[in-house]
Amino acid sequence: MSGAPVTVRVQRDDFDLAAEVRALSASRHDIGAIVTFSGLCRDEAGSLSALELEHYPGMAEAEIARICKQAITRFGLQAATAIHRYGKILPGENIVLVVAASPHRQAAFDGANFIMDFLKTSAPFWKKEHAADGSSGGWVSAKDADDSARDRWSKS
Amino acid sequence: MARVDLVYFAWVRERIGKAEETLELPDSVVTAGDLLAYLKTLGEEYETALEHENVIRVAINQEHVDHHEPIAGAREIALFPPMTGG
Repeated sequence: MSGAPVTVRVQRDDFDLAAEVRALSASRHDIGAIVTFSGLCRDEAGSLSALELEHYPGMAEAEIARICKQAITRFGLQAATAIHRYGKILPGENIVLVVAASPHRQAAFDGANFIMDFLKTSAPFWKKEHAADGSSGGWVSAKDADDSARDRWSKS
Repeated sequence: MARVDLVYFAWVRERIGKAEETLELPDSVVTAGDLLAYLKTLGEEYETALEHENVIRVAINQEHVDHHEPIAGAREIALFPPMTGG
């Protein structure tokens, strides 16, 4: 399904999950499963007041599109959408959205999971924390667990 | 000498103290790893930013590359820390 539509956006503004699902499935009757994943900003038990997301314009979009196309090929997805926000994001607000569509559920679950695992480790975004006490908490460190989550896709 | 646009992100940008610059690279700079080593000779801020060379990620013309890959033909080279999006 190499012709499956890919929608990638990197934007400051929020997104509307329902609108993105509608846009992806509009005027189609062949989709049997749609999985959505939303990533939100946590307040870390009250210690975090905001995240500041920096990105590499151009490469961020290109890299997410590459990942979505790999997922389409690997899992036979019928469509994929990925939206990532940048700028200042407050606890409770959306950061990222992934939508994956397929004829049956497993491919959509796996596709969304795959896209998120690779997005976290290879899409050029960096999070900086702002602490609730007014100090800058500094840059978030990359987690080994995220590398492990990505690497499990190359074992099977 | 090859002329190349360099762009920096996150704490690499903060430590170097600029987001981008254009440099003339000597012919001895062949790979991405050579570039990191060369930049570290340019001043203390570069040395600090690139101290842990193995964690620095490199992208050439907006695609990830390993440190051993050649930079020939690069228009834009980006240096940044491991990514933490999503």
